[in-house]
Amino acid sequence: MKDHLTIVHNETIAKDIYEIVLEGELVSNMTEPGQFVHIKVADGIDPLLRRPISICNVDHQKNQLTIVFRADGRGTRLLSQRREGELIDTLGPLGSGFPIAATESGQVAILVGGGIGVPPLYYLSKQLTARGVKVIHVLGFASSADVFYEEEFARLGETYIATVDGSQGTKGFVTDVVAERELDFDTLYACGPNPMLKALEANYKDVHGYLSLEERMGCGIGACFACVCHLQDDPTGTSYKKICSDGPVFPIGEVIL
Amino acid sequence: MSRLAVQLPGLSMKNPIMPASGCFGFGKEYAKFYDLSTLGAIAIKAATLEPRYGNPTPRVAETSAGMLNAIGLQNPGVEKIIDEELPWLETYDVPIIANVAGSEMEDYIEVAEKISKANNVHALELNISCPNVKKGGIAFGTIPDVAAELTKEVKAVSSVPVYVKLSPNVADIVAMAKAVEAAGADGLSMVNTLLGMRIDLKTKKPILANQAGGLSGPAIKPVAIRMIHQVSQEVSIPIIGMGGIQSAEDVIEFFLAGASAVAVGTANFVDPYVCPTIIEELPQWLDELNVDHISELTGGSWRS
Repeated sequence: MKDHLTIVHNETIAKDIYEIVLEGELVSNMTEPGQFVHIKVADGIDPLLRRPISICNVDHQKNQLTIVFRADGRGTRLLSQRREGELIDTLGPLGSGFPIAATESGQVAILVGGGIGVPPLYYLSKQLTARGVKVIHVLGFASSADVFYEEEFARLGETYIATVDGSQGTKGFVTDVVAERELDFDTLYACGPNPMLKALEANYKDVHGYLSLEERMGCGIGACFACVCHLQDDPTGTSYKKICSDGPVFPIGEVIL
Repeated sequence: MSRLAVQLPGLSMKNPIMPASGCFGFGKEYAKFYDLSTLGAIAIKAATLEPRYGNPTPRVAETSAGMLNAIGLQNPGVEKIIDEELPWLETYDVPIIANVAGSEMEDYIEVAEKISKANNVHALELNISCPNVKKGGIAFGTIPDVAAELTKEVKAVSSVPVYVKLSPNVADIVAMAKAVEAAGADGLSMVNTLLGMRIDLKTKKPILANQAGGLSGPAIKPVAIRMIHQVSQEVSIPIIGMGGIQSAEDVIEFFLAGASAVAVGTANFVDPYVCPTIIEELPQWLDELNVDHISELTGGSWRS
């Protein structure tokens, strides 16, 4: 579950967004879209903790995995500076991902992503399309400078972009696109900031769907109880789930966002 | 006898390495990575009388060479721990140290009495130093008389030896240690986390929902070493050392300061395999230092 993977590619693909391809035996265990890897961004004790980063794509033939992340804080900036040939201490795959079997062949799945929530949807979309599911992608970004993977998604199915400033696609949020286009679907899969997930949940309460959550994590394996969330249907207020090990993907309506 | 085996009150340990309470859950997650029987002992997550659901998130924040946490002693309550967690741990050949926490003195006493009777619980660790709970916790750990009274009461009901986990957030750690020793403590665990805070530059607010939290990791190691060095010269009960241990070298340093066993906390989050790795590397360090048995190193920095 832990190995040193070799960086075979590192490239900036949008403003502060990096795509890193890692290679190693560990990749053979990575099969479920929506799972994440827990990465030690640099050797030594500072930064100390690992960074949870979602798996964007897996190539089992080459034993390669792709991560796409935003260099936002010190840890992710250090990770973005790592070079080809270097080894990255990687733990994973961790967590429970998106259930692809929830959508039958011939059905329609809508994949809604916001910002850095977009990457795990790519591997999901590939797996769904391989099953014969029709996919529609709605991807939201701050502006056109932040957009990435538009072509990659477009190759798999209908793809709509929303930008907050209107510099590309629909001006506004992903929810505006879904409403404006009157998109019809059987299953909803989403990953992105909490306000986006909340809006989707409010609009599609009774829809069959799954949301991927994000939270600051300690261990990433369920031992430290840092990333717990509460359940919606819990009259006593005492039940909880761990985002790292029970999630990060939960059915719509299961946990309190 | 193995060069790493140590005997502490209630604890016959294959080696002096245990995961620290609060950093290892009840072992299930780490059992996926390695055989828990390789450990010297396991200090399980704190037990309280009633279930606790902890603090709001975010509960962790990274610091330079450390981390802050404000989990808030989340646990299913002592009954469930006895019924559901401890029997599972019995399948492993490893002594368990049950960490006992509470809001009132009566809570501690009731939890201690109950959990000390469990088959595989070989010692208690009295948590008088958790900085993340509003009632209890740190109040018991900062006033020597209160800590001594609690120790005495718990000793009276416990079927197994009692270790008291000391807080570093005090002016005089030696006074605390002496007070609980005089009250009958069989050993000390030190140190718990240091109270700290981080502020997010963008939101201008504390990162932790609880505002402040307990600082752990390599950043606090020098504080722990200093306190163990001070206390071990003044008490005659053994010390389980903890605070930023990451490697076999760190373990040796804690022994030289005065520890007789150690607990590894935050490092488990960074590397789930850290405990077995340290256990494997320790004999090389004993060779390097030319000692036959690890216990010979205890207090080596001040013993003549």
